[in-house]
Amino acid sequence: MIPIVYNVRSVVQRPVSTALTALGVGLVVAVFIGMLALANGFRAALARTGSETNAMVLRKGADSELSSGLGRDVASIIAADPHVATGSDGRPLVSPEVYVLIPLAKSFDTTQIANVVVRGISDQAWQVRQNVKITAGQRPTSGRAEVCVGSRLTQRFPHTVIGQTLRFGGRDWSVVCNFTAAGSAFESEIWGENEQFMPVFRGEVFQSITFRLKDPAAFEEAQRALQDDKRMTVDVRRESDFYAQQSQLLSNILSFLAVMITGIMAVGAVFGAINTMYAAIASRAPEIGVLLTLGFKPWTVLVSFLAESAFIALIGGFLGCLFALPLNGIVTSTTNWSSFSEIAFSFRVTPLLLLVGVAFAVVMGIVGGFFPALRAARLQVVQALR
Amino acid sequence: MKYLRLVVANLGRHKLRTVLTILSVALALFLFASLRSVVTTLAATAQFGGARRLVTLNATGLVFPLPLAYGNRIKALPGVTGLSWANWFGGRYGDGNTFFANFAVDPESYLAIYPEIVLPADQKQAFFQDRTGALIGERLISRYGWKLGQNVTLQGTIFPGDWTFTIRGVYTPTDPAIGDDVLIFHHEYFDERIGRAGIAGWYIVEIDDASHAAAIAKSIDDVFRNSSSPTKTGTEREFQASFATMWGNVSFLMSTIGLAVVFAILLVTANAMMMSARERTGEIAVLKTIGFSDRLLFGLVMVEAGALALTGAVLGLGAAKLLYPAINFNGAGFLPGFKVTTSTLVVGLLVALGLMLASGLVPALRAARLPVVQALRKVE
Repeated sequence: MIPIVYNVRSVVQRPVSTALTALGVGLVVAVFIGMLALANGFRAALARTGSETNAMVLRKGADSELSSGLGRDVASIIAADPHVATGSDGRPLVSPEVYVLIPLAKSFDTTQIANVVVRGISDQAWQVRQNVKITAGQRPTSGRAEVCVGSRLTQRFPHTVIGQTLRFGGRDWSVVCNFTAAGSAFESEIWGENEQFMPVFRGEVFQSITFRLKDPAAFEEAQRALQDDKRMTVDVRRESDFYAQQSQLLSNILSFLAVMITGIMAVGAVFGAINTMYAAIASRAPEIGVLLTLGFKPWTVLVSFLAESAFIALIGGFLGCLFALPLNGIVTSTTNWSSFSEIAFSFRVTPLLLLVGVAFAVVMGIVGGFFPALRAARLQVVQALR
Repeated sequence: MKYLRLVVANLGRHKLRTVLTILSVALALFLFASLRSVVTTLAATAQFGGARRLVTLNATGLVFPLPLAYGNRIKALPGVTGLSWANWFGGRYGDGNTFFANFAVDPESYLAIYPEIVLPADQKQAFFQDRTGALIGERLISRYGWKLGQNVTLQGTIFPGDWTFTIRGVYTPTDPAIGDDVLIFHHEYFDERIGRAGIAGWYIVEIDDASHAAAIAKSIDDVFRNSSSPTKTGTEREFQASFATMWGNVSFLMSTIGLAVVFAILLVTANAMMMSARERTGEIAVLKTIGFSDRLLFGLVMVEAGALALTGAVLGLGAAKLLYPAINFNGAGFLPGFKVTTSTLVVGLLVALGLMLASGLVPALRAARLPVVQALRKVE
């Protein structure tokens, strides 16, 4: 085998050409990682929202909370169901919820309106949703016009700080607490008591009912029992499945875009690599002749030049990772078209994603280097040495 | 002109390199044009809307309906010349994997207020007369292979049950922002099936003069200020613009990626130019010896770079301009009226010009400043 040091030294011999090629590959990798980090962050935010141990009840046929509607009778049937877990106080862990969207103007530009989720919950919700933690203030008191605001909203919307008054649904609501929810979509919501929201919004109707399963493994059994209950027409899903499904549309679009855009860019970068490698081989024909004369087999020459191309691309891959890393954690927001609500989430650059990016770079290098390397391997010694 | 053959010969020396460089420029400008078109299409959608049309919504939020009884009170206001109403239906078709907009409208007034919706007169009459009839955009015909007179069943998501409509007309929108993948049906039938709830999702108000928009919008909202459902009225354009802002910073994202694409390809082109120039050091020295001026050599290298960039640009921009209309692209319904505008083509050509300058400048300067004696010494 031809030592890899030979290739590394050759690459260093022509710094400008190497740098330009590597940088080109690096930009492709950066865009690739950046776009997937966006899709990833969005998916993760929604995936963290739902819990495996909770089940969610919607009206049959409804594909989102927005299009669902359930009466109080359904809420009492579910509260009495034996599959529902009970809390420490002996009450069933059920939260019948009111779900509406309200238009709120953004802090930085009040002409920009976002549709923010307002969720009316029962007292049990704080126990049903284990990922929710109050970070400041006290829970809204039952019977009062008080709300708790998700942590992602406080910076982006005015009047959302504790002690301030938020106006929506034709009433004033005092903000009494903030909560986090492990980066999930709940952090982009405003929570208050369901009984307070009912008369203001849609009247005596809940949009969804979420409950903790007594035995998470027995979900199918609970699902069957509730869906077969003749007194109501409902769909029962695992909460985690519901939110995964809510993220599907947009994350599919984002992933598709990522693959399309970087696919086309990658072809351009591969062309660049081909040019560079052909030029490198043309100018080093005598060297290759010497290698062949020394007895190195043509296939080792092929491998050697493939390795050289892969090495340049690898540098590009690392550069791309460096470019993309600062994106991690940047908060952005968009409308989730499945639920029509605005959700804030962070770019998520994971180690796996970086690894995929580097692998992508190496693949570009090998693809770009293949035909030039083949030419090198097939050089006639006599001609090359002339 | 006599030097043209020299440039062509130089480009033809490494045919593969020339082709690959041109193709990568073409790919870059294709992507650039596509990304920029997303931005311009979103911006154009936000500009849509007759200046004489207002939209009245429930002030509490998009998802709350208004009483149907508001219609007569709005119609009675001074300056209001026409009125229609609609309600979002959000039905699912088939397995639910493909989606298109569908809503209930008041047929006569809706088509009167939207002259942009064009269809044959007999189909229009057939739609008016069939209570369970539906009107569909032409794209749905090609997507699902539906025919006039065929029954189509939607599963209600907000309003449960199976809803069967008969296709009575196919329309073509003259303004792309209207959308050609929409199904509309009779509000009267909708209202009857949901038990005469008497609701309208939104009102469309036609006014006498665009300059009165703000005053009339205020007078509508004033009427309902203290009612159970206060309203929020704005021009149709504002309404559309608020949808465009829901994408958040998509425009910014697209522009950033566009920049990265252009920059990445700049590197590829610059590299190709530099390699070509370096290989020809001896030749350039010979040309200088036989009397080519520095300026001429500078120009020759620049023209070569320009030929690469411009050929690539014409290919890439042309492909974008031809491809999208050919496949009738509308971004799965998110980008109605997707169009590669002339301004995008012009900006694309400017980018190519920039590409030429940036990739050709260093090799061209090097060629112009090349000291003949030293350069010739290297020649074997």
